[in-house]
Amino acid sequence: MSVAQPQQPMGSALNPVGEHLRVVPRRSSVVSRFADFSFQGLVWLSAACVLAIVAFILMQLIKGSSLSLHQFGWKFFTGSDWDPVNGNFGSVPFVYGTLVSSLVALVIAVPLSLGVAIFITEMCPRSLRGILSYLTELLAAIPSVIYGMWAIFVLIPLLRRYIGPALAKTFGWTGLFTGPIYGGGMLTAGIILAIMLVPIISSITREVLTAVPHQQREAALALGATRWEMIRVGVLRNARAGIFGAIILGLGRALGETMAVTMVIGNRPKITKSLFAPAYTMASVIANEFSEATDDLYLSSLIEIGLALFIVTIIVNILAQFLIWSVTRGTPRRANV
Amino acid sequence: MSEATPQIQWHRRVADKLATALAVICVLLVILPLAAVFIYLVIRGVGSLNLAFFTHIPSGSPGEPGGGMANAIIGSVVILLIGSVIGVPLGVGSGIYLSEYSRGQFGKVVRFTADVLNGVPSIVIGIAVYGLLVLRQKHFSALAGGVALGIMMIPTITRSTEEMLRLVPNSIREAALGLGIPQWRSTLSITLRTAMSGVITGVMLAFARVSGETAPLLFTALGNSYWSTKLNQPIAALPLQIYVYALSPYDEWHRLAWAGALVLIVIIVATSASVRWVASRGFAGGAQ
Repeated sequence: MSVAQPQQPMGSALNPVGEHLRVVPRRSSVVSRFADFSFQGLVWLSAACVLAIVAFILMQLIKGSSLSLHQFGWKFFTGSDWDPVNGNFGSVPFVYGTLVSSLVALVIAVPLSLGVAIFITEMCPRSLRGILSYLTELLAAIPSVIYGMWAIFVLIPLLRRYIGPALAKTFGWTGLFTGPIYGGGMLTAGIILAIMLVPIISSITREVLTAVPHQQREAALALGATRWEMIRVGVLRNARAGIFGAIILGLGRALGETMAVTMVIGNRPKITKSLFAPAYTMASVIANEFSEATDDLYLSSLIEIGLALFIVTIIVNILAQFLIWSVTRGTPRRANV
Repeated sequence: MSEATPQIQWHRRVADKLATALAVICVLLVILPLAAVFIYLVIRGVGSLNLAFFTHIPSGSPGEPGGGMANAIIGSVVILLIGSVIGVPLGVGSGIYLSEYSRGQFGKVVRFTADVLNGVPSIVIGIAVYGLLVLRQKHFSALAGGVALGIMMIPTITRSTEEMLRLVPNSIREAALGLGIPQWRSTLSITLRTAMSGVITGVMLAFARVSGETAPLLFTALGNSYWSTKLNQPIAALPLQIYVYALSPYDEWHRLAWAGALVLIVIIVATSASVRWVASRGFAGGAQ
């Protein structure tokens, strides 16, 4: 595709080229070499800044949490007491809340995103494709705080009045949907997270599905497969690593999502089996308590939670990038042939 | 598929139809919340918007009628400006490095790190900036909020700039260098200029993304219910104000929060829509 393009930009680029042709020979080569050198240095420096920033974030987190690291050691991640008054900090309820709310979100978001991605890439008429992908991207553009607000004023009343009782009636026996329905809680957080994850997971899944070579589809169809069989055998099977990567990337986003979750999860550091019950996540405890943490150990414990969040999201993201890359790495080359 | 008979069996046909139906249902289920959010925002927001919203600061006592978010709008502008001043040059610069100069390992490491930075939860960036600026200055500040947003802009801009510059055909670079133009000049005036619309697209998208960010501002910019444009003082920001007002028990503040949310979403959607429009006309958009 790049071969067809040069005509148009050349037109706009020709003028400066023409001017420089006259200017350059007059310039002393030392000056020009120095300019080249410093420009390269400058862009190198800004690239190095990216490294420096990540290193700096890690450093700040380690420095800030050193007090709590020394005080509690590994006990920080096995203790379930969060008691700022007596200076006793354990992060288990938050880790639990983060994991479970992300899991609920994935359970809802993954089938939906896969459905959307499959529909857009394999089933939908060409005219709808652009609009649908724009709409899903629009979902991603809505800020977290607006989702949170919408959840407070729309989703929570809906959940308390209709969805919650219905769930309790049909699935109450699982133990996941029991107890009083406050509205805010793990389930609400999971639902709102799921809405935020769909655009991320579906757009990457779309990318991965498009990367599956066309021959695979044609071969399946030639063997007499129906469209769904073609998708299942020819497309999904080849793209599964990448789809898995998209899901993991969504997980990474869910783990670190702060505002919307903080606004609806109820903020209570207790581990409860019921999804109706209020809970707390790592990100939301930081958001809620950081600016009011008065003593050093309290602040340090919160920063340690941040450190754990940082490390976990980095690992999750690296894993996701690797999986996505394993499917899409060949595509640009193939597309150019 | 082992039983490839000329007539497709009924259960295979049913499975096919079922899968299509399921996919359509998924699409509808995803569009539903989007529509719900937008409709609700518009209904509640438009009803709550008035001139005072743009010209007044919050009224003195909580929940009292009247007042607006003028200070938060200006505050957001200030913070976003600081963020852009930090994020755009660094992002574009490192994008240029990755596309034009990087050979070998360092480039790969930078690219990888940019992706890592992109995945770091925004609240964690808030903590780091808190340690860097707020702890040292001993108070929350607009500057700290801007730095946090700037850091968040860098990875997005870096990667999009790199991708856009890579779309510029090599023949153009070769032509420029062949005419004796120094590389820095050819990079800036030829390569970057050719890819400009794409680069600007990336910048605007990063801008739209951080303009709704709340978490990194919680303990950097903090928020402020009075007029302030001082860089070393706490400053109000639209998303922060929405957060505080939405959680408050006062109807009047809820009203303001809806109005604020509508303004915020209009800014973001307008930004990304104009970006799409520009990108669809420019060179880089065409090459995508």
